[in-house]
Amino acid sequence: MEIKVLKDILGANDQIAAKNRELMAKHEVFAVNIMASPGAGKTSVVLQTIRALKGKTRIGVIEGDIASSIDAETVAKEGVPVVQINTGGECHLESFQIQNALNNLPLPDIDLMLIENVGNLVCPAEFSIGEDLKVLIASVPEGDDKPYKYPLMFNTVDAIVLNKIDLLPYVKFDLDGFTKTVKTINPKVELFKVSCTTGEGIQPWAKWLQAQMKRK
Amino acid sequence: MHELSITQSMLEIVLKQAEKAKSKKVTKINLIIGEMTGVVSDSVQFYLDILTKDTIAEGAQVSFTLVPSQGKCRQCNQAFTLPEFDWTCPNCQGKIIDVTSGKELFVESIEVE
Repeated sequence: MEIKVLKDILGANDQIAAKNRELMAKHEVFAVNIMASPGAGKTSVVLQTIRALKGKTRIGVIEGDIASSIDAETVAKEGVPVVQINTGGECHLESFQIQNALNNLPLPDIDLMLIENVGNLVCPAEFSIGEDLKVLIASVPEGDDKPYKYPLMFNTVDAIVLNKIDLLPYVKFDLDGFTKTVKTINPKVELFKVSCTTGEGIQPWAKWLQAQMKRK
Repeated sequence: MHELSITQSMLEIVLKQAEKAKSKKVTKINLIIGEMTGVVSDSVQFYLDILTKDTIAEGAQVSFTLVPSQGKCRQCNQAFTLPEFDWTCPNCQGKIIDVTSGKELFVESIEVE
């Protein structure tokens, strides 16, 4: 006997994501899911964003990693509340892990939640965690061909922050080609070119982020 | 690697439906998978074999219906299959393309005894 099911496999994850979204909306928290490959500069962008918005926005951070609490310790030095999630081998954050993290953060004291996903350009694209914005950190040394190789990730995000532009003179990277490909795969996406080392481009990114928070 | 959590979620749906129908055994699971999700069928079957041990779905076969990545040109509305590289509209050479399919991840049906 055949039974028709037609159920979304990620439905259970999406339900908890909806609860996360509800909880954060109640406390007026704006959540950003930050995704990238390992070493693109997710933590550096988080740190630069905290510094750029100091005194303007109260920030909380959730750090997702397979193992270790190195990132959470680095972020804690900036004086913001932070929770580390260790996925223990899983390659992405899921909504139930965010639910646990939210229960351990002072939500009434947070306006902007930066959630750093596990370094990976494949799986995090598929798992909603209750975020308001999905952001991809790309970086110059990774090469300009990444949008072709990870179309789902590049198609899913609201903004792309291209990091390490201070390396453009030393690395073979076609910036115009990259921009064109990104706009083809995701016409609505916002593209920011930054260097976390020199601080170039961080201000426009931080300003845009603040504008998004006001729009909600 | 995310096939493990996907297979777990899929199995939860399957077992719930099978229980509802008071079935004794699940013999087949029919999935609809969008090409763009990058879900690897061999990997799903591998995890399923482990996860279904001692459940009524033990030994169940998985069948995949792959949904090709389709797009629609925003300029001229032409629908077309998205090639791996270079998403250009074959009709008007437009470069702004909306993805219309290829992201699916569904349990379509199950076969039970």
